[in-house]
Amino acid sequence: MSTTQFDTADSKRRERLATIERSLKSRHARERRFRRLGLTAVVSGLVLVAILFASILMRGVPAFWQATLYLDVYFDPEVIQISERPVQAPGESDAEFRERELAWLGELGRVNWNVLIDEALKAELPGEIESRQTRDLRALVASAERHALRERVMHAPELVGQTLNVKMLASANVDVWLKGNIDRSLPDHRQQLSAQTREWADYLAGEGAIRNSFSTALFVNPDSRSSSASAGLAGAFMGSLFMMLIVIVLSVPLGVASAIYLEEFAPKNRLTDLIEININNLAAVPSIVFGLLGAAIFIGYLRLPLSAPLVGGLVLTLMTLPTIIIATRASLRSIPPSIRQAALGIGASRVQTVFHHVLPLALPGILTGSILGVAQALGETAPLLLIGMNAFVANVPSSPLDQATALPVQIYLWQGNELRNFFEARTSAAIIVLLALMLSLNAVAIWLRKKFETRW
Amino acid sequence: MSFKKSTLGMAIAASLVAGMSTAAMARDTIQIAGSSTVLPFASIVAEEFGASFPQFNTPVVGSGGSGGGLRQFCQGVGENTIDIANASRAIRAGEVENCAANGVNEILEVMFGYDGIVFASRADQGAFELTPEHVFSAAAAQVNVDGELVDNPYTRWSEIDSNLPDQEIVLVIPASNHGTREVFEDNVLSPGCEANGAEGEACTALREGGRIIEIAGDYTETLARLDAQEEAVGVFGLSFYDQNRDRLQVATVNGVTPSLETIGSGEYPVSRPLFFYVKGEHLDSVPGLAEYTEFFLGEGISGYGSPLEDAGLIPMDDAERDQALEQFQARTVVSVE
Repeated sequence: MSTTQFDTADSKRRERLATIERSLKSRHARERRFRRLGLTAVVSGLVLVAILFASILMRGVPAFWQATLYLDVYFDPEVIQISERPVQAPGESDAEFRERELAWLGELGRVNWNVLIDEALKAELPGEIESRQTRDLRALVASAERHALRERVMHAPELVGQTLNVKMLASANVDVWLKGNIDRSLPDHRQQLSAQTREWADYLAGEGAIRNSFSTALFVNPDSRSSSASAGLAGAFMGSLFMMLIVIVLSVPLGVASAIYLEEFAPKNRLTDLIEININNLAAVPSIVFGLLGAAIFIGYLRLPLSAPLVGGLVLTLMTLPTIIIATRASLRSIPPSIRQAALGIGASRVQTVFHHVLPLALPGILTGSILGVAQALGETAPLLLIGMNAFVANVPSSPLDQATALPVQIYLWQGNELRNFFEARTSAAIIVLLALMLSLNAVAIWLRKKFETRW
Repeated sequence: MSFKKSTLGMAIAASLVAGMSTAAMARDTIQIAGSSTVLPFASIVAEEFGASFPQFNTPVVGSGGSGGGLRQFCQGVGENTIDIANASRAIRAGEVENCAANGVNEILEVMFGYDGIVFASRADQGAFELTPEHVFSAAAAQVNVDGELVDNPYTRWSEIDSNLPDQEIVLVIPASNHGTREVFEDNVLSPGCEANGAEGEACTALREGGRIIEIAGDYTETLARLDAQEEAVGVFGLSFYDQNRDRLQVATVNGVTPSLETIGSGEYPVSRPLFFYVKGEHLDSVPGLAEYTEFFLGEGISGYGSPLEDAGLIPMDDAERDQALEQFQARTVVSVE
């Protein structure tokens, strides 16, 4: 009997093993399938990101170099007929001096600076150039360069009578032509430049008078429409910088303070529950709603100026606050209760516990959350469109109250520019600049986390 | 730590104080908004103005369409409202009333030139020789066929006229926030409707079903549509077409090719005057507002051979410009008839 019993047990065991054996194959197959699925998801995500980056880099990187003229410009005293630069006389009032200075600036403004550029080009180009060809000639150079010459003389009037090798931007269409961004085989009537200008551009490029130089204009100039080649990101960058300063100054202390109160001090009751739910809801509110709110309250009711980074900063602060509160609460919650108990146990007050023990440990998490919140605000466009920050601003703002745009808005504006051949590349270049800023902010966040990280 | 705390506190206080004090501070930069057709022109003038008048700031130019700009313009008087509204159509009676309701009574109209509206298609597609009737037959919900009003039967241009290319009918037109839309309706659709023999409601009702695409954004969006739907025909401003001639080919209307000359002479039928509206109440408080307007109307800026002409504006002749200037200098206010 015992043998049969044993036999039955053995056969049952073998049966079980066989069942396991049979199912093992399909279980392994299932695992392999899932692994493969996960891997495919990761790979296809990476491929999409790579395609995106590659296409932006391919289009944008060439725009960091720009067709630039190097010309010997003679500051002809015959053309630049200006009086002596006024100096404030002793005893002269500021208003009187300002008036004389403005008169002098007016004199500078009336000088036909284009003539200097024309002459410099004529010296470089072969053959006689008649005055009816002036239009073709001027199409070579970015139109803002005449103002640049004026600025030079304004700062250094002693230049008059001298010859100087001046670096000038070629016009946007010349840049497009030389880079081949327009089909060079198209007939005349479909080209932007006249046949003569194209010939001259090729000649100058061959002679080395036009070179593809690194475009500092992209970084030091504000936006421009009258001289597309000189359009740059400086105005938008300063606008974004002012907004980020306001966001950091307002949202970080407010956000961290409310998180500490809610997490460490507030009683748990229906009211705090309600507040918590609402903060989570606020984090999910589409950013454009904050823009509408900003337009109604800050501009309509508080009468703050349109297009000002101050208003933009306030709107983005509202948007960033919930993100920072949530991140801070999460990192406070991750501090083990034993730290608090130990501090309280040796007689620390609750404020001392929080500020001397909990907060320093939670700092890396708080910093990471704040930086990511600020980075998100930096890339935000929609709310800014509603408070007039999508205007064309040809100045670099010098305070948060001056009109300005922001980097993502500038991308949007350039994307809409009618000179597609030139601005397609310029837009991608602006995207690269913005992405680089974002990535460096994220890198700082990661670095801070690594540096201050505590392992339990 | 205490140092950090105090700087932080100061920074917050400073930004709050700055925020409060602006309410009392006078604005010294001209604020402009409106038509995206006028935007490039106004931006060029703004830049030149800033470069020529060292005592004034460079004006700031926003977009938003003619309708959007005039709505902002009519929000009231004060420094958080704009000083100038650009418009590619004349102000409407309703807008003047809205302005008046908000205390804006001195609306100074300045006309500064003309713009042509062109039909263009991708350069690699067939060439179009359109008439207003063709466009109406392509766009209307109902058309007159042999004396009877029927639902639009046409699906290809060649069905409307055998001389037109054998291409699917897709027309990309500006949405109603654009002044261009009004010109399209007045100068193309309604003569087309008349020629077709339809009348009343049928003249304005556009067909549905994806053949008419309305674009609320800029012309670049229209251009992007043409990249996606290669057979489509788009409505553009002459200056936009002019800067993208390598990708677009323009259609003739009534056998006339749009150009600065044919639009200036009135031969090309689809053109419209361009305006900007100055808020008279702001003339004394915003520095440079009158100077900007006069600068805009100068020959060197908006006349023949000027930067605006290079940018695609069809200039007014000297007499018209002088008249516009006189009208502004006399502070002639727009009134509702």
